[in-house]
Amino acid sequence: MRYAYLVLLFVVISAVSVLGFRGSSTTRPPLEVFPDMDRQAKYKPQAESAFFGDKRTDRPAPVGAVPFGRTAIKAEAKFLGADDQLYQGLASDGTFARGFPASITVDGKLLERGQLKYTIYCAPCHGAIGDGNGITKQYGMGATPTYHDDRLRNMPEGEIFNTITKGKNNMLSYADKLDPDDRWAVIAYVRALQRAQSGTALDIPSAHKSELGLK
Amino acid sequence: MSKLFPKSANKLPFQILIFLGLTVGIVSAGITYYATPKYTRVGYAPVQPVPFSHALHAGQLGMDCRYCHSNVEKSGHSNVPTAQTCMNCHNQIKTDSPLLAPVRESYASGNPVPWVKIHQAPDYVYFNHSVHVARGVSCVECHGKINEMPVVRHDKPLSMGWCLECHRAPEKFIRDPKLVTNLDWQHPGGAAGQLEEGKKFVHDWNIQPPQSCSGCHR
Repeated sequence: MRYAYLVLLFVVISAVSVLGFRGSSTTRPPLEVFPDMDRQAKYKPQAESAFFGDKRTDRPAPVGAVPFGRTAIKAEAKFLGADDQLYQGLASDGTFARGFPASITVDGKLLERGQLKYTIYCAPCHGAIGDGNGITKQYGMGATPTYHDDRLRNMPEGEIFNTITKGKNNMLSYADKLDPDDRWAVIAYVRALQRAQSGTALDIPSAHKSELGLK
Repeated sequence: MSKLFPKSANKLPFQILIFLGLTVGIVSAGITYYATPKYTRVGYAPVQPVPFSHALHAGQLGMDCRYCHSNVEKSGHSNVPTAQTCMNCHNQIKTDSPLLAPVRESYASGNPVPWVKIHQAPDYVYFNHSVHVARGVSCVECHGKINEMPVVRHDKPLSMGWCLECHRAPEKFIRDPKLVTNLDWQHPGGAAGQLEEGKKFVHDWNIQPPQSCSGCHR
């Protein structure tokens, strides 16, 4: 009988030494104990496809695809990118438009949205106040221009929109991260950053003056 | 004729029963301990094609999770970034690093970098990232402190029982949605403060996490 216990002890010790403990790091994929329907024959986002030549389940738009109604219907600003100013930053004569499109209301909510998006996507290089001193500068990022010079202060909003959409010089396109409405929100926030640089004590609302020790 | 069984054999059936009982106990304990995602999934840290460090990018540089996982607020699926996202900086930083060769290749060819998926819910689970993020479930609740991981490691079991812990008592976990990507944040008021504020969110936003099967399975 003693031998049976010894064998049991041996089995337990070898099982534990092979299996290890909960939470120990491993590079082996998780064992699926009951893999019944865990992996189904369906396409999920960003997954691999055995059917398509490029092996992607996410299908790119076919070559030559245009937004439906792009040329025919221009009446409704939001309809499938029909508004050139809203979706391309262009005025009717093809130059970069100044000011914000009619469907964008510049208010506190838009600026808050802009601040959030700016902080996520722009601040790493352009810096929290837009002076071009983002964190990436310390790691070898080339010169990032400051927003606080006359060239960028006078740049039409449409041109900033175009830069975010298509990129410029070393900056790549951010169109995949910022949808058009967000781009306009970021532009509004950039304008706010530029304005803040020339701010004086007179600009502070009287309700907030005490917070800064002003009268 | 001598006796076939010695006297000690009288005890044998009893001893065998005890032994079998012990064996069954050990086997059950082993299954309880091992046959659960707490063992099978937690700790999974595969070797990735590029040794990308979240500890460097999200921790040291302080980049927001959404810089790369940009669709998490809009989509049920939280996207793995395109090579272009990497190239936003790496077209100027470490441009000749051999470690980044797969990224440059992917950027040039358009074929994705073959990242290995770590957190993989079964196909019958319809988890939606945007819903959770919009209602203040932080990334850290399901993914752990990614900002401290040089190599990402499966940190939580993601089992159904684990999901239900939060679905039954969301007030213990949800926070101001503005803070979801701040993985180091903890309620300054401790557990009591979290509970109080969490209850307020649950009430104000009328949060009723589904506990029925069809909430997550269809």
